[in-house]
Amino acid sequence: MGKISTKDVEYVAGLAQLALDDAAKERLAREMDEILSYMDKLNELDTANVEPMMHAMEMTNVFREDVVGESLPREIALRDAPQHDGEYFIVPKILDTEGSA
Amino acid sequence: MTAWHEKTAHEIRNAVRARHVSAAEVAESYLNRIAAVDPKVDSYTQVWADFARAQAARVDEKIARGEDAGRLAGVPIGIKEVICTKQGHTTCSSRILEGYQSPHDATIIRKLEAEGAVFLGKLNMDEFAMGSSTENSAIKTTRNPWNLRCVPGGSSGGSAAAVAADLCAFSLGSDTGGSIRQPACLCGCVGIKPTYGRVSRYGLVAFASSLDQIGPLTKDVEDAALALNVLCGKDAMDATSANLPVPDFTQALTGDIRGLRIGMPVECFTESLGAEMREKVLSAIEVLKGQGAEVVEVSLPTLDYALAVYYIICTAEASANLARFDGVRYGFRHPAAGDVREMYVKTKTAAFGPEVRRRIMLGTYVLSSGYYDAYYLKAQKVRRLIKEDFDRAFTKCDIIVTPTSPTPAFEFGAKTADPLEMYLSDIYTISTNLATLPGISVPCGLCASGLPAGVQFMAKPFDEATLLRVAHCYEKNSGITLGKAPIA
Amino acid sequence: MEYEAVIGMEVHVEINTKSKVFCACSTHFSAPANTNVCPICLGMPGVLPVLNREMVNKSVAAGLALNCTISRWSKLDRKNYFYPDMAKNYQISQYDLPLCSNGHLDIEVDGQPKSIGITRAHMEEDTARNTHTLGGGQSGVDFNRSGVPLLEIVTEPDLRSAQDAYAYLTALKQILQYLDVSDCNMEEGSLRAEANISVRPKGASVFGTKTEVKNVASFSGVMKAIEYEIKRQVELIESGGAVEQETRGWDPDRGITFTQRKKESAHDYRYFPEPDLVPVVVDAAWEQRIRESLPELPLPRKHRFMEQYGLSDYDANVLTGTQAMADYFEAAVQADADAKKTANWIMGDLQALLTEAKADISACNVTPACLAEMIRMINDNTISGKIAKEVLAEMFVSGKSPKQIVEEKGLVQITDASAIEGIVRQVLADNPQQVEQFKAGKDRVVGFLVGQVMKASRGKANPEKVNEILRNELAK
Ligand SMILES: [Mg+2]
Ligand SMILES: [Zn+2]
Repeated sequence: MGKISTKDVEYVAGLAQLALDDAAKERLAREMDEILSYMDKLNELDTANVEPMMHAMEMTNVFREDVVGESLPREIALRDAPQHDGEYFIVPKILDTEGSA
Repeated sequence: MTAWHEKTAHEIRNAVRARHVSAAEVAESYLNRIAAVDPKVDSYTQVWADFARAQAARVDEKIARGEDAGRLAGVPIGIKEVICTKQGHTTCSSRILEGYQSPHDATIIRKLEAEGAVFLGKLNMDEFAMGSSTENSAIKTTRNPWNLRCVPGGSSGGSAAAVAADLCAFSLGSDTGGSIRQPACLCGCVGIKPTYGRVSRYGLVAFASSLDQIGPLTKDVEDAALALNVLCGKDAMDATSANLPVPDFTQALTGDIRGLRIGMPVECFTESLGAEMREKVLSAIEVLKGQGAEVVEVSLPTLDYALAVYYIICTAEASANLARFDGVRYGFRHPAAGDVREMYVKTKTAAFGPEVRRRIMLGTYVLSSGYYDAYYLKAQKVRRLIKEDFDRAFTKCDIIVTPTSPTPAFEFGAKTADPLEMYLSDIYTISTNLATLPGISVPCGLCASGLPAGVQFMAKPFDEATLLRVAHCYEKNSGITLGKAPIA
Repeated sequence: MEYEAVIGMEVHVEINTKSKVFCACSTHFSAPANTNVCPICLGMPGVLPVLNREMVNKSVAAGLALNCTISRWSKLDRKNYFYPDMAKNYQISQYDLPLCSNGHLDIEVDGQPKSIGITRAHMEEDTARNTHTLGGGQSGVDFNRSGVPLLEIVTEPDLRSAQDAYAYLTALKQILQYLDVSDCNMEEGSLRAEANISVRPKGASVFGTKTEVKNVASFSGVMKAIEYEIKRQVELIESGGAVEQETRGWDPDRGITFTQRKKESAHDYRYFPEPDLVPVVVDAAWEQRIRESLPELPLPRKHRFMEQYGLSDYDANVLTGTQAMADYFEAAVQADADAKKTANWIMGDLQALLTEAKADISACNVTPACLAEMIRMINDNTISGKIAKEVLAEMFVSGKSPKQIVEEKGLVQITDASAIEGIVRQVLADNPQQVEQFKAGKDRVVGFLVGQVMKASRGKANPEKVNEILRNELAK
């Protein structure tokens, strides 16, 4: 086994909110290992003095003005929700208190 | 007389405006063609017959009133599943968006409608545009009209197959690493990816935000120019759309390429390129030479790293873009979930296909703590080196020419076992996305196998005019006519 | 052993723009659930954010007021985590290049100046609200707050006590309100404060293990929570225990903090630059335009009030409490009223009226010019101070000028000696017993008689004149 262990796969799956059985973990570890090893060829290049290309466009300062526009009618906002009560999107129990800004 | 469905978009538009035919008749011709042929090709995921008829009727009414019916009056088109439409569903060919009804139209959908286009329905694709064969669709298998045992390419496989089989006058695709050009090449049609920022991405469900562009797949280069005239332009809803004037691209098709410098990147013409493809692309270059273009050798030394850069950046961005599909506000929710975490996990695991899950995993990994610098940041740096390579090359030439795809269409299942092998399908197309350049694939003949081959041209950012001029000149002078796909 | 607390604050304030930070939905607070929502703030497929220009303007203004360096080049990033209040399951925020950094806020604690370092202030978007009141353990999500602009302001660990924290929050709120950057309303959630608290032996240079106290609903709650937490940590250490790094909540009813979330695997937010937005470049000219538009800030204004108007520290502090109050005061003084008397009237009677009506001075019927006029009428003896109270109350209700009220109600002070003499003589005639007592040397009875005269004049007689004439008459 190379640079990716099934434990790494498990950790990443946790971050990505995916569940994998043992077979899937092993297969993914193998595939990711192969792909990431291929990606390691980037280390052949010296990029010490290269600015990362963080944006595809060389534009800056694109804004919208602070003007209130139309919102969606609530029935349209809720229309595709798997579960709603006409006012709120309904979700199952939230167990942990993680989250929020 | 040829049937209307065999005509190009500009022929249809001119005929409709000149009242030689009604938009309704043209739409009917396409709807009949779809009913007869699409069961073999399976390019459409939804056909909007009544909607198309109503749109066509509106165009005819306008014309009857003597009003301007638009630059695409009565032109029937197909739309890739990844583009948001209020009409029908927007599923990205994924189970997770099965039945999803978008509350908004993409900006380009509004533009096309305002110009009199008629929407026939939506076209199959690889799930969330991830793939090069459309085999990753959760909806159906689309076949290559040139050989039904072969893939149409991907991810815009449905869009390419529909154009090749005359199931629409042109179609909309999206291109993140070659997803318009590679299927266009494999299906023998024209496909153009405009410069990043040329066409609004508002309403394009994001795969990799810094690489995605919408573009048309067409029957000829003139139609590509016509479509771009409508699609391009600044959109206030897309902060990354360029605030630049859009020239009339059809005016750029002068046929005159004398003195233009055509760059051949030495890295693209090594032994690894098969003899048949090499011969086809080289003869395309000869055609341009014959029209007065000058051919120069250029070098893109970092090209070899493009695939690695691409798969780091696109998976990273995709891992965030696809996080929103969680079963809360829309789409699929796994019914057996006791709490929110369980809902996320069960929903995503059940409703994303294996390739999407693989890319989410890869993207999550390259962004995760301790690996960001080694993968994501490194990739961004090399992306700049690649762009600089192109900038340098474009000081020596106006157009760069390469194959579009290393191989013609392959059989179903041929590459599904090895993801890396599949990723190599995009080897010639991904660098344009990384360098934000416009690129076009134009058919350059049939291989011995009877499958189409394509040549790719690339231009400087926002120089679609020169790109189309060269592609058009090549198309007119190559002496190549593929003829109609056999659909067998 | 003596301990000292080390406290840093993280404050999220909602920037009071009209529309949300990345879409055109209203930021209005009390709309019915899921009515200020659109495809963008619901994170629907295919949408893109576009940054609200006013968000940048207001964030830069806040940064400048906090003495921050404004980044010439900054960007927005995606912060990735899953939670049902997140529309996209990433929050658009700023990671390594915040818009504002390296500032400080000068505060006063018990009259002593103190400078609190501001590490950074960055732009981000607010999340939706979950309601847990539904049956069956289910939760409802309301996305009205999703995408409301937030500025997150982080201090250095420069605070040493609950009082420091209170003074910091008060000063911060005051400044942000002066700038019209935020309403800073804790009940409505437009200001949320978290404190990172640790203790260490006094003089030590290393930090102790910190806890983070979240979800406190008021400034005084923050203060109490910090006090409790300091005491808890010290007792824990004294008894041989160790502080655990964790997030703690505050129970205001029991007055205690409690474990909310143990330190788990460190958060892995996978920040990366937001590809859908372009960088924000605030050049020197833009920064200067905002700098020039900044109002005088509360602390300098307070010191100027003390110097220029001779006000006490306390009075100047109260009068600069809000910009509206300070502006009101200065407008009245500029309308030619005595500064100290103006201060007293504002802080006394006017404030009482405002408090009772639950009204803000900025929407007060009594204009500064009218208040000044009223004070001048007291000075030139047109009305008595007592009558003035009545006049002010009437002004507060009707918005009429004091002159008009005084005329309409016939409240002009009686200063004419002969008129007062008449009343005085009548009062003396009606109260022979008290006159007797006075003559017997009981001086105190004068007060009673003055009162009777004032009553008979229905308060309009000039009290000084009454006193003078009364004594003259009694001496006769
Ligand atoms: Mg925050
Ligand atoms: Zn919105």
